This record gives sequence, structure tokens and C-alpha cells, in this order.
Amino acid sequence: MLRHETGGVQVNRGPVIFFCAFLAFEVSFFAFVVMPQAQIGRQPLAAVGGVADAYPAARPGEARQGAEIYRANGCASCHSQQIRQTGINFDVVLTDAGTNHNAVLTAMDNHLLHSREFALADVTNGLPKTIFKGATTKAYAEDLRKKFVAAGAKLEVRVVPVGPDIARGWGLRRSVAADYLFDSPPLLGSQRVGPDLANVGLRLPEANWQLVHLYNPRAAVKGSAMPPYRFLFVTRKVGAQPSADALVFPAGFAPKVGYEVIPTDDARAVVAYLQSLRVEVPLFEAPMAAPAK
Amino acid sequence: MGEGRGEGLIFFNSVKVPTTQPATACSAPAADCADVNASCRLPLLTLFTGAAFWLVVSSVFALIASLKFHAPGFLADCAHLTYGRVHPAHLNALAYGFAAQAGLGVTLWILAQTSKARLALPVGAFVGALLWNLGVLVGVGSILVGGSTGFEFLEFSQAGSVILFCAYLFLALAGVLTFSKRTEQSGCVSQWFLLAALFWFPWIYTTATAFTGCMPVRGVMQSLIAWWFANNFLFVWLGLIGLGSLFFFAPKYAGRPLHSRQLALLAFGIFVGFGSWAGIPASAPLPAWIPALSALGAFMSVVAVLAIALNIKQTVGKCLCTRSEPIPKFIGLSLPFLLLFTLGNAATACADVAAITNFTWLTPALTQFGLYGFFATTMFGAVYHIAPQLTETEYFCRRPLKIHFWLNLIGVLLLVGALAIGGIKQGRALGHAATPFLDVTRATLPFLRVSTMGDLLLLLGGLVFLANLGGLLFACCKKCCGTKPEVSK
Repeated sequence: MLRHETGGVQVNRGPVIFFCAFLAFEVSFFAFVVMPQAQIGRQPLAAVGGVADAYPAARPGEARQGAEIYRANGCASCHSQQIRQTGINFDVVLTDAGTNHNAVLTAMDNHLLHSREFALADVTNGLPKTIFKGATTKAYAEDLRKKFVAAGAKLEVRVVPVGPDIARGWGLRRSVAADYLFDSPPLLGSQRVGPDLANVGLRLPEANWQLVHLYNPRAAVKGSAMPPYRFLFVTRKVGAQPSADALVFPAGFAPKVGYEVIPTDDARAVVAYLQSLRVEVPLFEAPMAAPAK
Repeated sequence: MGEGRGEGLIFFNSVKVPTTQPATACSAPAADCADVNASCRLPLLTLFTGAAFWLVVSSVFALIASLKFHAPGFLADCAHLTYGRVHPAHLNALAYGFAAQAGLGVTLWILAQTSKARLALPVGAFVGALLWNLGVLVGVGSILVGGSTGFEFLEFSQAGSVILFCAYLFLALAGVLTFSKRTEQSGCVSQWFLLAALFWFPWIYTTATAFTGCMPVRGVMQSLIAWWFANNFLFVWLGLIGLGSLFFFAPKYAGRPLHSRQLALLAFGIFVGFGSWAGIPASAPLPAWIPALSALGAFMSVVAVLAIALNIKQTVGKCLCTRSEPIPKFIGLSLPFLLLFTLGNAATACADVAAITNFTWLTPALTQFGLYGFFATTMFGAVYHIAPQLTETEYFCRRPLKIHFWLNLIGVLLLVGALAIGGIKQGRALGHAATPFLDVTRATLPFLRVSTMGDLLLLLGGLVFLANLGGLLFACCKKCCGTKPEVSK
């Protein structure tokens, strides 16, 4: 009932309130669920090197089980899986010095600030070689490249993502929606109590290191604040033959003599998952030079 | 509060009610007031006691989680109590067990009071209250045994969510039916906020649980919907309930009508219209327009909250927290907390600030600020006001209420202050790639240890809250048993 009392409108009808709230909800729903779903919800897999639908690849079965253990134990409470970048730089890389090496060296002297660092040997051996790092615009890098082309050399301009996360070695480029297409749930995390794990499979690929780190973080990283996950392991007496699966500890952290630590299937699965976390493919929306082979 | 404190007084702005007798008498016959309270008694006392219980449980989890930063090996061999399970168990017990439950109870009571109608479906509401507690129990249990869904504030297993949702339908239906039976036609601003809240939760909850659980969308779309939900739950839904309560209690304790209805309704529009956009982190791996639009929502909600703060400031004049009685102290304190919370959200929505603050302890600090600082503080005041009317007994002594106020205030400041300062330091160090990561972690440890003190004080506060309610219930039972012949029910 709309009541007018000395000019003030007394709106207190349930339906009016319902429609106001419903309108607000619908706008928000449309903007943050419907529109993004239309844009990225049906995103196709990316083509890599001319092969269609190549990225991302689904995780292998054990890694998928590991993702479940990772989720169940709330690892994402402390570890994010998102790399940020603050921008991109352009590196100029000499790939082929051509035949007139002296002309290339002269071009270096003329156009590079730190040309003294380059000797004739650099031009002939150890190619490809980055001769200029961190140009902030593509035009500058291209200019430089053209100057060397005149000297008969071949150069490439490479896109290099930059930012503190990348400088820490946590990732090669920023994370984008396409990286998580097969993750359900995507374990993005919101905090970095521990380091980011988006690329831990590339950074720390060794299974034994990962297992020891899970069993006793301080055995792998001195001063780590991570809690141990000993409940993912079994400590047992060594049988007639030591098990091939037993963890290999660094000096001073081994279990009592006559005992060995065996990872359970869960521990193995988590490590398989961690090893599967690798983002090394350049994408249209996240360009970067292909990592060095 | 005593019986004669003016339950059910409706405030107009357009009609200048002579307020020489400030808020002392129920404008309806006294029997009506008692009737309304009697109809609310069983379901609401269940909700409030449940809320106090879960507050204590959640604080215990918070303390366990916090202690792990003093000694990483603490309770590490028990899989159920590993940090990654205890931490979400704490947040969900706090959000659903305490905040939602207390909020629903207060909503039902204010709706019944402002409508001058008895609570509709009291049995349904009672069943809803029991079911809600069961849902929280199942949900928290599922997190501890490793059944968490992995989305913040949506961690409850599907079974828990379904029970919660059914419980909610009972409670919300009781609220909406009460409103539709109202005998008092002139509207009150808090009805807008509270009714909108009743509608809001089922929409966001079904959307979020459907698209992350039973018919999941792909990849980061799930995370986007979970972020969207978390903001809609924490900021919009709890915000609507908290503000609805503020608009009810602030004029009541100030003894004056609300400064401006129009301003309040405008603020309501901006709050639901834009507040529901906020909450998507600036660095999320999403198309850039989504966090940008979300930041706009965060900025606009500052406007709404400023308008509300101004309105309430004009209504109450001098801050209510300077009063000597404990209940207006709680009510008065919650508004500055809300302002800081909203400003913090808006600041961290800026891409430049987020580059430092994202992934740091500042994010949980803000969440705690909203949950403990703003919402819980409002709810403590409201429940302390409502509970004695439901039990028809008086507080044995007012001192524990004051003790709770100070425990809560100092606890929130220690917890949030330490985490926020630690978070900013952590963010700056993280942005400096030459600082080894372990040094970054080590630098935050002293702050985490201070925040443990905050957790401890909040646990004590929760215990005092539970004890205060327990005291009222005990007195009520004693009274009922003592006068058995009179009780016909």
C-alpha cells in the first residue's frame, strides 16, 4: 500500500521491495555470471604450434586424484596458483651472426650501451645470445633489430613477461583463464602464506624432494613454516630388503635406524598433482617467448 | 533491555512524531508486545543459543589455526585438524553457524516487531532453526573429514548445503509471512533491508552451489562465481541484515526518529545495486573488464555506506558508543567498523593497491573486520536487547555485557590490526623479488602471533556471550518451573 503522508511516500509493500532486490540481483547476476560465461565459459582449447585444441592438456589420472587430496586438505588456504605480471619487456636475441662478424661487432659498439661485454667469440659461439634485455616498447626493440640486420645478422625480438612473481621464478608468464580449463574446482587460493604453486612442476620436478618436503618441510627447506603432513606416510620397520619406495632423506633427517618412511597412495597422488602444475605455453592473451630448449 | 524500552516503536521521517517521550512505550497495547515476543520465543532462543555455540566452536578452530604459526607441528599428525581444514571450518562455522543464524533470528524479531504481528509459522521456524544447526554441523564435519568443496565460504559439502537451504526456506517463509500479516502499515526502513536480505540469500546460494557443485561451469568460471557469492554473502547479505538492525536500533536508543527516510532508501538502492558487484580480486586470471567492473561496485558501495553513516550520525547525534550502557555501545561501534570495512574493500579493489595487498594477510583481515567487527558487533547488541524480552527475565548483572564489549573491541582491533599491518608489510616484501620468500614469511610471524591474542580474546568474548544467554535461559526455566500452574501451553 502506498501511503502519502505529508508529502513523504511510505513505500513498504512487500512486492516493491521484492522487485527492487530482484532487479539488483539480476543485474549483478547478468554482469558476473551470464556475461563471463558467454565470454570464457565456452572457451575452446588453445592451439599450440599449429596443433588445434592442444592446450591445456587434461591432467593424468593420478594427478587428478592428487588434486582431490590437495583440495581435501585445504592446501589452497596457504598456496595460491596464480601468477601476476606487471608488464612485458622485449629482449633482442642474436640468432645468427651471418658472415661479416666485424660488422656485427661494430653495430654492437654503436648501438649497445654495454658492448664491451661482447667479444668476437660471443658473436660466433653460444648463439642464440640475448644482446639487449628489457626494452619496454616493441618499437625500440624492432629498431635495434633492424640496425643489426643491415650488418647481415639475424635477430629475434622476444616477449618477456616481467613482475615480482616472475622474478621470483614462480612462473614464466601471468596466469589466464585458459590455464584452468580442466580444473574442477580450480584451486586458485587467495593467500601466499607459502609460495605460489602455479608452476611448481617446472620449478621442483623431483618426486623425492616433494615427498620429503611433505613429510618434514624443514628437512627440505630450512626454516619453512609449513606444517608436516606425516599422516600421508607410513613409517615401518625395514624388511628383509629396504623398500625401493622409501624416502631418501638429507643427512640428519633420516628416521631411526631400521625404520623407513613409505609414502601412501595419497602422498604419491599429491606429488603427481604438484608435478603436473606447469604453465609453459605462450597464449594469444598471455604472450611470451617460448622457453629455451 | 527491560520491558518498557519501547519495543515496536515505528519511526517516520515524513511525519514528525513528537518525541518528547523518547522511545519508552510500546505504541501497541502491552499485551501485543508480549504476544509478539512469546510467539518468537522458542525459535529465536534456539537460533541465538545455536549462534553463541557456533561462535565459541569457530573461535576454538581459529585459535587452533592461529597456534600453528607458533609451532607448525602443533596437532599436525591429526589429519582432521590440519591447518587447511581447521581454517575453513573456523570461517564457515563463524559465517553460517554464528553470523547467519544470529542474523536470521534478529531479522525475524525485527520483522515481527515492526509489523506488530506474531511470528508466523513459529513451529516451522523452530524446525528451521534446528535444521540450520544440523546443516552447519554436517557442513563443518564434512570440512574436517576432507569433504570441503575448495571454494571460500562455500566449503560445506552438498549434504550440508541442502540441509541449510531447506532450513533457510522455513525461516525465511516465517519472516515473509509475518511481514504479510502486518497490522502496522506505515513502513520502517529496516523492513526494506531485512526483507531484501531474506530474498537475497536463496538467490545467491542456489546460483553458487549449482554452478560450482551439481552442474559445474568450467575452470575459473567456478572461482568467479565463488568470489561473487562470497561478496554477496559477506558484504551484501550480512550487510543488509546488519544495516536493517542498525536502522531499527539506532533511532530506538537515540530516542529520535530516523533523520531521513529518503536518504536511507537511496542508500539501500545503491547498496544492493552496486554492492553486489564487488569482490572480484583485481589480479584474478579473468578478462580485465570483470575485476574493473567489480572495482566500480566497491567504490559505489562506499557512497551507499557513507550515506547510511551520515543518516545514522544525524539521527543519534553523539556517538552511541560513548553511552555507559553496553547495548548502545555495541550498536554504536558497528557503524565505524562497517565504514572501515567498506573503505578497505574499495581500496583493495584498486589495481595498484591490489598489486601489493592481494594474496596477503590483509585479505583475511578485511573479511574478519566485516564478520567480527561490523556484523558480530551489531548482532551482539541486538541479541542482548532481544533475548531478555524473549525470556522475560532481566540480566542478573550488566557487568558481563560490558566485559564482552571490551573483549570484543580489543579482540577485533588486535586481530584485524595485526593481520592488516602484517599483510601490508608482507605485500611490500613480496613485491620486492630480491627478498627471499622465507624472509617474507618470517617477517609476518610476529604479527600472526599478536593476532593469536586477538583470537584468544574473541574466544573469551564468545564464552561470555554464551554464558550471558545461558544465564537468561536458566533464569527463564527457573521462572517457568516455579510458576508451573500458570503456564497453560
